[in-house]
Amino acid sequence: MKKTIISAFVAVSTLITTVGMSFGDLLVPVMTYRVGPFAANGTQNANGFVDYLTMLNERDGGINGVKIKVEECETGYKAEKGVECYESYRGKNPLVHTPNSTGITLQILAKAPEDKTPILTMGYGLSAAAKGETFPWAFNYPTSYFSQMTSILKYIDSQTGLKDQKIGFIFLESGYGREPIPVLEQLAPKFGFEYFLLPVAGKDAQNQSSHWLTVRKEKPDWMIMWGWGVMNPTAVKAAIKSRYPLDRFVGNWWSAGDVDLGPIGEAGKGYKGATFNATGTDFPAVQDVIKYVVSKGITKTGSEGPGTVLYNRALWNAALIAEAIKTAQDITGKKEITGEDMRIGLENFVLDEARLKELGFAGMVAPIVGSCKDHEGAGAAFIQQWDGSKWVKITDAIDPMKDIAQEMLTKAAAQYASNNAGWTTQTCN
Amino acid sequence: MYFRETGQFKSKYKEELAAFPIFEDKIGIAIAALLAFVLIPIFGLPGLSWDFTMSAVMIPVVIFTITTLGLNILLGFAGQISLGTAAFMGVGAYSCYKIMTIFPDLNALICVVLSGVVTAFVGTIFGLPSLRIKGFYLMVATLAAQFFLEWAFIRIPWLYNYNISGAIEVPYKEMFGIVLTGAKSEPLTRYFVCLGFLVVLTWLASNVIRGRIGRSWMMIRDMDIAAELIGVRPLTAKLSAFAFSSFYIGISGALMVFFWLGAAEVESFDINHSFTYLFMVIIGGLGSITGCYFGAILVWVIPVILKEYGKSVFGIDAFVMENFTTILLGVVMVVILIVEPHGLARIWQIAKQKLRLWPFPY
Repeated sequence: MKKTIISAFVAVSTLITTVGMSFGDLLVPVMTYRVGPFAANGTQNANGFVDYLTMLNERDGGINGVKIKVEECETGYKAEKGVECYESYRGKNPLVHTPNSTGITLQILAKAPEDKTPILTMGYGLSAAAKGETFPWAFNYPTSYFSQMTSILKYIDSQTGLKDQKIGFIFLESGYGREPIPVLEQLAPKFGFEYFLLPVAGKDAQNQSSHWLTVRKEKPDWMIMWGWGVMNPTAVKAAIKSRYPLDRFVGNWWSAGDVDLGPIGEAGKGYKGATFNATGTDFPAVQDVIKYVVSKGITKTGSEGPGTVLYNRALWNAALIAEAIKTAQDITGKKEITGEDMRIGLENFVLDEARLKELGFAGMVAPIVGSCKDHEGAGAAFIQQWDGSKWVKITDAIDPMKDIAQEMLTKAAAQYASNNAGWTTQTCN
Repeated sequence: MYFRETGQFKSKYKEELAAFPIFEDKIGIAIAALLAFVLIPIFGLPGLSWDFTMSAVMIPVVIFTITTLGLNILLGFAGQISLGTAAFMGVGAYSCYKIMTIFPDLNALICVVLSGVVTAFVGTIFGLPSLRIKGFYLMVATLAAQFFLEWAFIRIPWLYNYNISGAIEVPYKEMFGIVLTGAKSEPLTRYFVCLGFLVVLTWLASNVIRGRIGRSWMMIRDMDIAAELIGVRPLTAKLSAFAFSSFYIGISGALMVFFWLGAAEVESFDINHSFTYLFMVIIGGLGSITGCYFGAILVWVIPVILKEYGKSVFGIDAFVMENFTTILLGVVMVVILIVEPHGLARIWQIAKQKLRLWPFPY
C-alpha cells in the first residue's frame, strides 16, 4: 500500500517535471567535458559526436524519420559529476550512454542492467566489457585496451623484435591508464621483454620532469604512453627535451591527437600513435558534416575541427550509435525505441564494407559487425606518425593477439562477475 | 513578533537544558524534518526529476553534512585545522570496502560504523603532530596526511583487492530483505540510511559538544595554555577531537562510495575535495552545528540545481552553466566572508535576533 502511494506520487511528480519535454525524439545523451584539464581533447570528442547526429537530423530528418535529440552533460572528466549526469538522464528514456571517461564508466556500469540502458564506450572503458555474455549492457566496439596493447606490442615486435627490449610504460594514474598493465605483466615473460611503469598522477600531468629523469636513467628501447589531456603534449615535449628518440615513442589512440601534437609542431616529428580511424576530410561522411553542419554554423566546431583524429573518431562513435538505432528500429518494427531495444540494435548491426560505403566511412574505419558474445569486435589498430603538421598512416591494420587478449578478457570478466554477486549475465547462442 | 520567547516559562532545569528550549525553534526543526523525511522523498524538488533529486541532490548533501560536521568538530570546536578531510573519507571508503569483502556476511550498516572506527584510529595517528605544532604548521602536517593517503590508495593494491582498474566496487548487500547497497538498491533506501546516520550523528555531536569533552575542546581552541592550567589535558583533548572528527568523516566517506557513487577511484578523495569541505565549514560557520547544514546545502545544492535549471529551463549549454556556477560560488563565498566572517550560521542567528524585535529591529 505504502509502496503504491509512493510510486503514485513519484509518477505524478515525474509527470509534472517532464511536461514540456518533447516526446517522440530519440534521446542520445552524451557526457562531455569542455572545461577542466582534459577540455582540449574533450571538446573535440564532444563536437564530433554532436555534429554527426545533427547532420543526420539536417540531412535525413533523423533516423527513419524520427529526430535525434542529443543532450550534453558537462562532467569535467570528474567521476561524481558523471553520476550526477547519469541521474539527470534517468526517466527520460536515454537510448545509450556515452560517458567519455573510463572512471565514469566504472561507476555507471553496475547501474546499466537495472536501468535497462546500454553503455557504449568506444575504445575506452572496462576492457572486460568485451565479453558480451558477462556484460550484456556494456559495449566497447571496435576494440579494447587489452587488444590495443597487444597490437602495439606486435608493432614493436615487427620493428626491433620484442626479445630483450626494455619498454617504459608511461600512463595517467587512473582507471584508464592502469587498464592495460595486466597485458604487459602477462606478455613480458612470454616474449622476453622487460618493462617499467611510470605512473603520472592527474595533478602532475604538466610536471613530468622526474618521470623523464627515470627514462634517461633506465634508457628504454621503447616508450608506450596511455595519456590523456594536457599530459600528452607535456610528455612529448619532455621526451624531446631529454633527447629521447621520438620514433621509439608510441602513444595509444587517446595520446595521439591533433590537439596533442599541434602545439608542438615540427619538433614533434616522428612521434607515433595507435588509432582505429583515419584522419582527413576526404570521406563523404566528413564532407556531409561540413556541408550540413559546420558551414552552416549550427555547431561549436570551428573549420579546423573536421578531419582531426579525435573529431573523426567521435563521428565514427556517433555513426555506430546511429546504425545501432536503425538496426533496433528495423528489428523491433518500432520507430521510437527504448534502451532495451537499443541493446538489441548494438548486438545486431552490420557495418560491412558496403554499408560503410553507403554511410561514407569507407576507408576511414574497419568494418565491424555487432555480436551477442563479442562486445568488442577485437578490431585492429594501425600506427600513425606525426610528420610535423599532420598524422600519416605508416602501417596497415595490426590485428591484436586475439588468443592472448581474449583469454585475459575472459578472466577479467569472470573476476568482475565474481566480485559483484548477483551480477546479470546472458547466454548467447 | 514572529520569534518571541515572552511567556515561555521554564519551571525545571531540564527544560532549560533541552536541545531546543524555544517553542519557535521546535516548529522550525519540525518543518525541516518534515521536508527531509516526508515532503522531498515523496514529491522531489520542483522542476527536477525525482530520481535526480534523490540521487544527485539529497543523498550527497546528507553525506556532505556528515563530513562537514566532522570537520567542524575539529576545526570549529577544537581549533585544529586539517586539510586531509578528503583523504580521511578515503580511509573510510577503502576500509569499508575491505571490511565488506573480508566479512561478506556482515551487515552493511555495521561495516559503515566499523569503517568510522578505523578512520578514527588513522585520524588519531595523523593528529599526533597537533600536540607539538599549531595553526599553519599543523595545516601542513595534515596536508602530508592527504598526500600520503592518496599515495597509499593507489600504490597499495591490497586496499582495492588487486582490482585491475584500481577502483573499489560496491558489493550487493541487503538487510531484512531490503537491498541496501549495489546497483539494485532504491535511491529511497539509500537516502534514508544516510539520513538516519545524519540524525544520529548530529544528536551525538550536539550532546558531546555540550558535555565535558566538548567543553575541553573549546577551551583548547580558545586558549590552550589557560586550558592546560585549569586542568584540561591537551593530549586527550586534541587527540579525542581528531578521533571524533575522523569517525564522522570516515562514516561519510563510506556512505559516499557505498550509498551514493557506487564505485570510486582515488580522484574522489583528492585535495580539491578537501578544500570543498573546508569551504562548507567556513561558509556554514565555524563552531556551529546548524552551520554545517547551511554550508553543505549552499556549496553542494545550489550549483547542482542551478546547472539543471539552466539546462532544462533556459536551454543554456552545459559547459557554460558549469563555468557560471563555479564563478557564482566563488563570488558568493567572497561576499559572505566579507559581510559575515562567521558564516551563514551567524547570519541566521542575526536574523533570529531581528525577528525577535520585529517590527522594530535595530
